[in-house]
Amino acid sequence: MTISASIKRRLKYYDLDLSFTCATNKMMVMIGPSGGGKTTIIRMLAGLEKPDEGQVIFGDEVWFDSERRINITPQKRRLGYVFQDYNLFPHLNLLDNAAFAAVEKKEVDDLFELLKISHLKKRRPHMVSGGERQRCAICQALARHPRLLLLDEPFSALDVVTRRGLREELKSLKGRLSCPIIYVTHDIHEALFLADEILPVVDGKIDRGWMQRTITREPGEAVQAKGAREPRLSLVY
Amino acid sequence: MDYLALYVTLKLAFVTTVFLMVIAAPIAYLLAYYHFPGKSLLEALVYLPMALPPTVIGFYLIIVMSPKGFVGQVWGSLTGGSLLFTFLGITIASIIYSIPFAVQPMKAAFSKIDRRLLENAYILGLSKRAAFLRVIIPNSVAGIAAAAVLVFLHSIGAFGVLLMVGGSIPGETKVASIAIYEAVETMNYSAAGMLALSFIPISYAFLLLINKLNRDSLS
Repeated sequence: MTISASIKRRLKYYDLDLSFTCATNKMMVMIGPSGGGKTTIIRMLAGLEKPDEGQVIFGDEVWFDSERRINITPQKRRLGYVFQDYNLFPHLNLLDNAAFAAVEKKEVDDLFELLKISHLKKRRPHMVSGGERQRCAICQALARHPRLLLLDEPFSALDVVTRRGLREELKSLKGRLSCPIIYVTHDIHEALFLADEILPVVDGKIDRGWMQRTITREPGEAVQAKGAREPRLSLVY
Repeated sequence: MDYLALYVTLKLAFVTTVFLMVIAAPIAYLLAYYHFPGKSLLEALVYLPMALPPTVIGFYLIIVMSPKGFVGQVWGSLTGGSLLFTFLGITIASIIYSIPFAVQPMKAAFSKIDRRLLENAYILGLSKRAAFLRVIIPNSVAGIAAAAVLVFLHSIGAFGVLLMVGGSIPGETKVASIAIYEAVETMNYSAAGMLALSFIPISYAFLLLINKLNRDSLS
């Protein structure tokens, strides 16, 4: 299955206008400076926000079409969405969180094994570390057998060492999944490590030259320089 | 001591609390999560009983619940009876009198829940109703309990509105606060004193409970 989107949306400081496609088993990394519209795009794919114009098509299903007035609810899109935080329900332990929407409850145990959090099943989210919470959030998303996996800076609240470990695990996990994966980050190192395809998004548009300009420190427009600061830092590690 | 009046008071407070929790939850949900034209008007209307003298609420309830009033007419044609001077009548009065005390803490508790948790619930396939039952309610337990305690306390303290709608029929509408008033009127200070004294431990214990719930919801 392939997800393809062609979306337009008027935002406060710029207009979002882009199209892209991502195929099964491929990880597309959306990269760009903060505030460039990456999260808005992901939220539109998830059905949490509506584009002003355009289409979102998954395989042969139309998820959104402004002309035909189609807008499938997030509930029916059956996707996985891991945010930076707040995926887990505070009143449930990690196991119940991961099993919240699981297709087969038995599978959750295997996922916990795979992501090395089996010993934390009975803990509540506030009793474990940020990295362990994100591992559980990934279990939660995968247990639903998502047809599309969206990861919106899932590791950016974590320390560098934990982040690197999880990044590697995610890469090895990728082979086991049979769905398109879209990963949002502003970290060039992460993008280069994970991506099958890189989609640089700057001010709501695709800007293929952004990576090059950022790494080589060429034309230093104020906005780009700001966005570039952090990725460069990450190259140090 | 007038145990019967005390019993009616506690029964009324209990029934009011149970019904009000069910009635107030959807109203609080609506106020916490939706924006619609006239929302502030609706919100002010819900809180109005808090700002009106109980006798004013009682007066209008008499008007609508009397056999010639709108609600009284419907009730009369269904059952042949009257709502005024009955336990059901004072229960309705008590529910309307205490609505703000149920809606306000519940709304505060619902608003505190992070939007992203709800969005995640939708993504995981939950309908809005299922998300309300499986995510919002369990994460607002402290707020809901605080609302219940407040409503209970407010109901046992009701006087004016109940006197107007229910009068003072022993075992039916004569609650402890009315019994105290009547005892004082007839100079029976010892009876009034005993009833009054029985309120203090009940109210004090419930206030301690509210404090604990507030502490728990903060941590």
